[in-house]
Amino acid sequence: MQELGKAEANSTRIIRQDDKRVIIEKDLDTEYMVLSMGPQHPSTHGVLRLECITDGEVVVEAEPYLGYLHRCFEKYCEKVDYPAIVPYTDRMDYLAAMNSELAYCITVEKLLDIEIPRRVEFIRVIVAELNRIASHLVAIGTYAIDLGAFTPFLFCFRDREHIMSLLEWISGARMLYNYIWIGGLAYDVPADFKKRVAEFVAYFKPKAKELYQLLTENEIFVKRTYDIGIMPADVAINYGWSGPMLRGSGVKWDLRRNDPYSIYPELDFDVPVPDGKFSVIGDCLSRHLVRALEMDESLKIIEQCLDKMPEEPNFNSRALIPKKIRPKAGEVYGRAENPRGELGYYIVSDGKSTSPLRCKARSSCFVNLSAMKDLSKGQLIPDLVAIIGSIDIVLGEVDR
Amino acid sequence: MEESANQMSLAVQQSKTAYDNIKERFGDAISEFDANPTMPFFEVLDTKRWVDIALHMRDNSLLRFNYMACLSGVDYPEEGKLGIVCNFESIGHYAHKIAVKVKCPRDGGSIPSVSCVWHTANWHEREAYDMYGMVFEGHPDLRRILCPEDWTGYPLRKDYQVQETYHGIKVPY
Amino acid sequence: MGLLDARVSNRNVLVTSVDNVMNWARLSSLWPMGFGLACCAIEMMATNASNYDLERFGIFPRSSPRQSDLMIVAGTVTMKMAERVITLYEQMPEPRYVLSMGSCSNCGGPYWHHGYHVLKGVDRVIPVDVYVPGCPPRPEALIGGLMKIQELIRMEGLGISRQDALKKLAEKSVDPQQVIDQVRKATA
Repeated sequence: MQELGKAEANSTRIIRQDDKRVIIEKDLDTEYMVLSMGPQHPSTHGVLRLECITDGEVVVEAEPYLGYLHRCFEKYCEKVDYPAIVPYTDRMDYLAAMNSELAYCITVEKLLDIEIPRRVEFIRVIVAELNRIASHLVAIGTYAIDLGAFTPFLFCFRDREHIMSLLEWISGARMLYNYIWIGGLAYDVPADFKKRVAEFVAYFKPKAKELYQLLTENEIFVKRTYDIGIMPADVAINYGWSGPMLRGSGVKWDLRRNDPYSIYPELDFDVPVPDGKFSVIGDCLSRHLVRALEMDESLKIIEQCLDKMPEEPNFNSRALIPKKIRPKAGEVYGRAENPRGELGYYIVSDGKSTSPLRCKARSSCFVNLSAMKDLSKGQLIPDLVAIIGSIDIVLGEVDR
Repeated sequence: MEESANQMSLAVQQSKTAYDNIKERFGDAISEFDANPTMPFFEVLDTKRWVDIALHMRDNSLLRFNYMACLSGVDYPEEGKLGIVCNFESIGHYAHKIAVKVKCPRDGGSIPSVSCVWHTANWHEREAYDMYGMVFEGHPDLRRILCPEDWTGYPLRKDYQVQETYHGIKVPY
Repeated sequence: MGLLDARVSNRNVLVTSVDNVMNWARLSSLWPMGFGLACCAIEMMATNASNYDLERFGIFPRSSPRQSDLMIVAGTVTMKMAERVITLYEQMPEPRYVLSMGSCSNCGGPYWHHGYHVLKGVDRVIPVDVYVPGCPPRPEALIGGLMKIQELIRMEGLGISRQDALKKLAEKSVDPQQVIDQVRKATA
């Protein structure tokens, strides 16, 4: 913590006038104030704590404090078997449990060097994309709450509930599934799977449009997020940003395209990147826009998968799961594109034990959040809330 | 050697090319190339030159490793060492990837910080310090990040014993 | 329905006891603190949202502990967070209720063995009235837990302490198996 003192006499203030940010200088004798946001605060997502040093309404510096949800994931990885880690990966990014499982399983499969049945790959991609939509719905809904709009939250959760019941029907759990296993799946999908997923896609398409009109094109929302928290592309890369955050800064980087895994190379989808017409590239609105547009792309992927998925009667999804998972000695870094960015696992195996020697989870939120100090400099306090919301953090993944 | 080079997959060959560039510049400061198919890496033997190597990797026009994907601390109790493993790649320039290992002694060891080269390293190094206790020289803000400031011990070391109480609250089950 | 079951004469006069009125008012406007910790918080949000609509029970999250009479500990409490939870609990006005949601806050959940940084049960630091099991509990389970809190409030009264109310509640406890059998019979 830096020492507090009197702010500079000619303190700079930022105000808004006709949609533009105007910097005015006022000859005010002000003092710095420390404002602690969180860990229990309705507008911080989860248990993040921000220690803000403010000069009036302007944030001089905001330092994030983490660890309020540090649940010792990496310690557990060293103590339990490879398959038993899957439930813990669920609880890391609890909004996108399927994606976290997928990232972990493909990493271990890389180390084991085993083939996966094609039907399993398709099911995995479908459930992962369904979960991506659900996760973006929460991100958008809570972002709207942050900015003072309650209705979009209700819209988002109504539609998310359809995905939850669909995934519950497939896997047996509402939120934390333990469905994708190393080498296969816990169960094959139920009989009417294709029909019900197709029904959901048909239902959700107009709803996504409705949500877009309700929130993304809403003038108040645009004014709250336009030209705020700008992150240039090169700085974003240096910070290690990934996912919608990096794409919001105009970098077309999606692991599903750039480092493809599973069956993504066979699928046709766009990677939405803001073009600078509707938003300033790299601002909060761009990041929100990427998420809103990505949901449509996920729907596209699901539709294609439903078309291409091979029908296999009496399919045993556990047939290729190894009895005892004991990979040969080696190291691997595997990753997948999560709704929040790159989720990577660095796993070391000694070839003898049935649990990893070391398993590090590279969390996307952790890295994305590390830029908070830079992003918050010189912003107004209400804009700070908009910036935190646009990062879309899940503290379970930040603290692990 | 020729034959094994042919067997290498394209990704490993790309890493090998990048490695050759670094080896040419730094010679004995780095180890031989480990061409395993899952994560090709090399080790920095002369830890003092780690920042120079990092800057070279970021700024050389043939390397451009502008993206640090991950930095993980690792404990090597048999060697009596702690280490970090960094995964790099180049966004928007090349398609190559490489991993780098840096090690230091287990007791009172230190590794130069590369948080001035990649911002990503800042919090990851704090995390490695929190979990393993190695010092990162030149880090701007080396504090615990996940555990509380007054936590005792480094939890991910293999010989870690959990403390009995924390602020009067019983810790073990 | 408690108060509404009381005798209503045709001159629109309600006759009931003071206890009943006070309890009815309290249990129909439980205000929990908007305070989520981990995965369970998302289920809590889902319970508040459109499909489960907690507001029909008069339950709506408040932003400040000073305005709330119920604390839903939704998620894993860590050592770093434990002291903050105590502070939040102490800021709440009496009478206050605590609902522990999910295995983590009940007993440490999946993190009970090697979780060096996880508090093994929030009841080690604050008193808990109702435990809801599950990892995470479904919204229905949370609503069930909240109804248990309402039952507890109904048992309280002037001169009846929380301990007595809990005893009374235990006396008229319902065996879940009987209910399950009833439902099965009805649906068969």
